[in-house]
This record gives sequence, C-alpha cells and structure tokens, in this order.
Amino acid sequence: MSMKEQRFIVVGGGLAGLMTTIKACEAGMSVDLFSVVPVKRSHSVCAQGGINGAVNTKGEGDSPDVHFDDTIYGGDFLANQPPVKKMCEAAPGIINLMDRMGVPFSRTPEGLLDFRRFGGTKHHRTAFAGASTGQQLLYALDEQVRRFEVDGKVRKFESWEYLGNVTHHGVCAGIVATNIYTHEVRTFQAAAVALATGGPGMVFGKSTNSIINTGAAAAEAYLQGVKYANGEFIQIHPTAIPGEDKLRLMSESARGEGGRVWVPRDGKPWYFLEDMYPAYGNLVPRDIATRAIHKVVYDMQLGVNGQSVVYLDLSHIPAETLRTKLGAILDIYEKFMGDDPTKVPMKVFPAVHYSMGGLWVDYDQMTSMPGLFAVGEVDYSIHGANRLGANSLLSCIYAGMVAGPAMIAWAKGHAQEVPASVFGNAVKLAEARADHVRKMSGPENPFLLGQELGDIMTRNVTVTRYNQKLEQTRTKIQELEERWYRIGIRDQGAWTNQSLHYTRQLFSMIQLARVIMEGALARNESRGAHYKPDYPERNDAEFLKTTIAQSSPISLTTERPFGVAGTVQPQLSYEPVDVSLIKPRARKYDVDKQVS
Amino acid sequence: MAEKVIEVRLKRQLSHDTAPYWETYHVAWRENLNVIALLMELRQNPVTADGTAVTPPAWEAACLEEVCGTCSMIINGKPRQACSALVDSLTWPIELEPFSKFPVVRDLITDRAKMFDHLKDVKAWIPLDGTYDLGSGPRYSQTLALERYKLSECMTCGCCLEACPQYGPQSPFIGPQAVSQVRLFNSHPTGAMEKDARLDVMMQEGGIADCGDAQNCVKVCPKHIPLTESIADVSAQTTVHAFKSLC
Repeated sequence: MSMKEQRFIVVGGGLAGLMTTIKACEAGMSVDLFSVVPVKRSHSVCAQGGINGAVNTKGEGDSPDVHFDDTIYGGDFLANQPPVKKMCEAAPGIINLMDRMGVPFSRTPEGLLDFRRFGGTKHHRTAFAGASTGQQLLYALDEQVRRFEVDGKVRKFESWEYLGNVTHHGVCAGIVATNIYTHEVRTFQAAAVALATGGPGMVFGKSTNSIINTGAAAAEAYLQGVKYANGEFIQIHPTAIPGEDKLRLMSESARGEGGRVWVPRDGKPWYFLEDMYPAYGNLVPRDIATRAIHKVVYDMQLGVNGQSVVYLDLSHIPAETLRTKLGAILDIYEKFMGDDPTKVPMKVFPAVHYSMGGLWVDYDQMTSMPGLFAVGEVDYSIHGANRLGANSLLSCIYAGMVAGPAMIAWAKGHAQEVPASVFGNAVKLAEARADHVRKMSGPENPFLLGQELGDIMTRNVTVTRYNQKLEQTRTKIQELEERWYRIGIRDQGAWTNQSLHYTRQLFSMIQLARVIMEGALARNESRGAHYKPDYPERNDAEFLKTTIAQSSPISLTTERPFGVAGTVQPQLSYEPVDVSLIKPRARKYDVDKQVS
Repeated sequence: MAEKVIEVRLKRQLSHDTAPYWETYHVAWRENLNVIALLMELRQNPVTADGTAVTPPAWEAACLEEVCGTCSMIINGKPRQACSALVDSLTWPIELEPFSKFPVVRDLITDRAKMFDHLKDVKAWIPLDGTYDLGSGPRYSQTLALERYKLSECMTCGCCLEACPQYGPQSPFIGPQAVSQVRLFNSHPTGAMEKDARLDVMMQEGGIADCGDAQNCVKVCPKHIPLTESIADVSAQTTVHAFKSLC
C-alpha cells in the first residue's frame, strides 16, 4: 500500500487527539477521528486556569530551563527527563501558536499576552483565557480540524466508541469500534493508531472529570497486553466544590490570583497553608495542599461547621478584578452553590482530578504495542509523581505535536499486509462481547456496582494509603469483578442502549482499578501524590523507578468473550527513570526551592 | 416530617420514528440536587411512580460544569443545560423533554450535528498557515480580548436554536450561534482576512436577513452571550459588504 493511500486513526478528540490529527493532516495524511462525543465536547473544556510556557514577559528571569526544573521537582523526580525538557523548550512556541489560532488570551496594556502565577512555581508563566482556558484551546484546535474536515482530510466518527485494537503479529493494524446509537460493530484499518482517550476519573466514582472519562479505552489496550505505567499516581485536586453528581473543579488560578485557604480556629481564621509552608503559602503544589487540608479536617477536626470542607477565600480582592480574571469559575460556584464568591468564602474539598500514570510510551509517544501510540492524559510521560497546574494543557498539545510526525515516520517503515480474516475475527469477538452483555440476567445492577467501585477506590486509594486497606480494596475489587458476571440487563433494546455500553466499560474500569491499587500497594514509599504514612519518606534507592503493569496473557473466545472472574492478573515490573539532566534532590515547599 | 418527594415527568421516545410518551417518577429530595443527579438516580433505579419497572431513560452529559454543551434539554418548558438546573430552584413537578428542533435519537438525546455544519458554512476558524513556529500572534487590546472571549464561550449547545422561532426544519435560517461566530472571527486581525467570505454567507438565503428579531436567543443562552448584539453587528457588517459588492 503506498503512503498516499494510508489512513491514520486518532481515538479521542481532546487537545492531544486534535493536535495529533492536525499534525498528520499537515503532513498530507488522512485521519479517521473517533470520539464518543462530538469532539468539541471533550474533557479538555474543563481545564480552567491556563497553560504554562516560560515566555518571560515579566522581567522575572524565567526560562524553559526553570520551567523544566519546576516540572521535574514538582513531579518528585519520577518523570523521564529528556521529553520533559523538550516540552518546556517547546512551550513558548506552543503558546504563540495557540494565540495565532485566535485563542482570546488575556492581554497586557501593550496588547501582549498576560501571564499569571500557578502552584509550584515562583514565576508568572501561565497564559490564560478567562477562566476556561482548556475550553478555549480546545475550540481553537477543533476549528482547525474542521477546516481539514471540509478539505476531506479528516473523517469524523463521533458517537463511536473504541473497543480495542486489531493486531497482526503483535502489530497494531487498526481498531474495532461500535456506534453508541446503532450498536453497529466495525473494524477500521490504519497505518498507525493514536489513543487520546483521557484519564480514568470514573474509576473513582465522583471526580472533577467529565463523566465520559471512564478509562475504558486504556483498560482495553491493557487487556490486550499493552503496558500501563505508574497507575498508582492519581492527582487529587485540593479545591473542588462538593456536589451530588460530580465534584466540580475550583481552579488553582483562584489561589494564583490571591485566594487564601483557611478554617476557623479559636474564633479566628487560620490560614494554615501560609502557616505551614511560608515560602509558597497558598501556592504549594496540589499534593501538598491536599494533604494539609486532610490533616486540618480529619486529624485536627477543624473542618468548617464540622463538615469535610475548608474555605477558599477571594472576598478580600476587589470584585471587579475577580470578575475580569476569574469570571467563569466564579460563575460556576455561584451557579452550582448559589453563593457569590466575591462576597463570601467558597467551601471546597479535595477531589480526584488527574492521572499522572497511563499507557507506557517511548519518547515518540509509541506504546509497547508497535503502531499504537498514546497522547495526553492517557499516556504516563511528563508529570512523574505529581503534575504541576497548567502543565496538562501543555503536555497534551506537545504530545500531539510529537505523535503526529512520529506515527507517519513509523508507518513508512512498517507497511504490512493484513489478511481480511484478522479484521473479521475482531468483529466476531466484539459482537460476542456485546451479545454476552445483552444476555446477562443476574441480580446485580451495573450502575450500583460502579458506585461501589468508586466508593472503595476513593476511600482507600487516594490521598492517604495504608497497605492493609489496599489489601482490603483488592479483595473488594475481586468481589466486584465476580459480581460483574452476575449483572442483569433490564434494557433489551438494540438502539442507544446505554446500559450495554456502561456494563462493558465497567468491566474495563474494574481491571484498571486493580492496576492502580496493585501499583499503590507495591510502592512502599511516599512520592508526589502517592503518600503512605507508614513509609513517609521518598525512597530513591528502591523506588526511583517506573511501575509497569501488564495483564497476564488471556485468550478470549467468542464462547467466553470476557473470560471468567480472576483471569486477569496484573504483573508488575519496574524500569529505571532517566534522571540524566537534573540530579534528584529532596522536595520541600516550606522553604524556597534550591537551584539545581 | 414526611420525606419530601420530587415528581419528575419525562418525555420518552424509543427512537426517532416511534411515538413519544410520558412517564412519571418519584425521587426522594436531598440537598443540592440538580437534574443530572435526578437522572443518575433514575438510571440506578428505573421505576415509575406507580411502581412499574422500566428501561433507564437515555440522556447524554459530559462535563457537568456547563462548559461542554452536551446535556441540553427542555426543562419545565425552557431549553437549558441539565447540569446547571438545580432542583430547588425549579417548580415541581419537573418536566424533562428532548429538544424539538432536532431529530430525537432516544428519550432526551437529540442529534445536533447540524450545528457543527453551520460552523463549516461560516468558516468559523482562523486561516492558519500551519502549526510551525512562526513567532507571536497579532497584538490586540485586552478590551477586544474580553469581547472575543465572551463570544468564544459558545459551546454549541443549541439552546438559542431551540428558542428561535425562525430556526427549524421549516426554514433555511442558519441561526444565532453561527451569526455570532461570524462576529467572533471577523473581529480577529487574522480572521478578518476571510471576512468577505463569511459575509457572503450572511447575504445568502438562510443568512442574517432571516432573523425575525424575536430576541429569544439571548434570553436562553446559558453563557449570556450577547447574541442580539452579534446579530446587529453582523447585520451592519453585511449591509456595508453588500454595498461594496455592488460598487
């Protein structure tokens, strides 16, 4: 097959997927773009605060090198350093590019881009558009992809869900997908595939994630033997608005613009972050702030009105300043809580926010399956043990810029003829799975099982981790997996049957929960977002290494398309971290960061 | 005190070519509920008020923060986002219906793909040379940045189109969201380079002249985008453009 006729597949239409698509189209290739929602509705819209890049417009001596050091230090030295350095070097150019695309970034009196401060840095490095920067960046890329769509370079398959890879001799040859309305199952051939399917927030039930972020796609790849790395590193955002349906993010930019965190103590406000961490105060990184809030609420019993909330206070800042710089997030608070944050302090509490871990990738964003790439939150690179605020939008766009050209380069050397039977068999297995789920007639309710999974994961595998509780979680996950086989499907319809999709996703979510839990259990140290009181120190001698989880080899048949309970066991192994550029040092935020 | 019970009436339709019907459910009141939380509860326990077990109603949602535009539906007669519809600020019984201007997929899900086609029609993008590093973008004022941000918050949710009496299968009118995007992209120094092409579309059938000035759009926009201002602005731009085309 000539290069000209080759098609590429991108699964997921957030920032990472859209940038991958644009880069492939610019190189003259054609892309089939898959998404469960119209791509403009992807989870990137939820990112509020901004995007980092050391453009250094404030005379602070900022540079990509300082950004690189902040990112590695913030990530507690678990990230491979070369790609992080490249990302930080590319960051100013990425911000300029997004500005050229028309993103309405906030500006200075001179008409230049304005920058704000974010957690884990001393520099004004974060470009922002109102308080919905992720939405604005996503729209800019969505618009450029729409241009390519009009030109015939992109075919969109929206409302299609990825079910797994089609492989031939271990190489990715395409995907199998289903239409979530018609339930049609089809395979799609490709010269290379990129997964850009985001994080696994729904594994924890309620989180700051969109409810489409099930992690099911990454889990399907994992079940096909693709390596999953650092699964145990889950970022908890310190400030979310508690809600019945979800925990809504209250952006770090609220603190970046001067917001102060406090609880009443002896009848007076106690600004505990400023007290505990004088050097960074309210702008300590997310893991530090989260643990401080847990300490104040759970250990010291100082939560506001005895509830699990603390105050995030903006009311000392002029309302007009707040409206300009934080308008959209203030609206969110007022809209969902009914209070005006310019007048009264907001009530917030930590919530599951981001997965640093994800599919293992090499420096070209290729996973352990040749021809399968991963970009954005679904890949594990860049953020190490903890992500700095406003680095996620950057890492998504950067990953797309790397993956687009890398996929094309890889495909050039690896054209393969794939027999039609390979695709036929993939369809048969996927259809057998759909039939299996439809015929499930046991007593269990899939949505309630999902809630139980979220509850136990949130309770035991988030902020503070104890080995005994992790072992209890393992037992519970195994129980949930057994009960999954006894689900009953009430809806027998063959059209837009959401119970079928959810039940299939839940199987994958259970497997991913196990990966996260096993990684946490095995890592007997504290590093970044992973905190074990019984092992309170970072232990570089034993654990300065990447956790790799691979599923035990399973062969699924059309008779047993989900195997049987207990078939899948994660096998853990470790790989060294490339720390060749910055020597690991202790990470502290009560004093100024030492120069590396 | 007796438990407070919320009555929810939901217009169901199994597919686009079957007849709709109504179902009523009872959900126990709790603090801080929104319509999404009600729908989540119905999904876990799909039983009608008279105790009949039914299939879970189909609905779509994603961000739940009113920035993605997915969960559009008609709530108590008004087009809006289900995530930001708080139970305590709605009158009960709460009535949920799918949008009427778009084909129903199932229950509360409608196919709004047409909205994205409108964005293609008006070239709602910057004509970028490429994603290579070509230096910084054009300078412009913070005032313009704020004005553009407001317009750029449009999440293609469709509330304005549902409320617009001119928009629908009966008419070619492109609707307020696309008109406002014309203003957004014409206001950018680079976007303005394709200004004429966008205004050509506004001059055609289904363009700006089809607006009936009902001003419903601006009243229902969940992001408070000044849609009528955009319509006036683009209307003025189109008039100038039309005169220029004659010369």
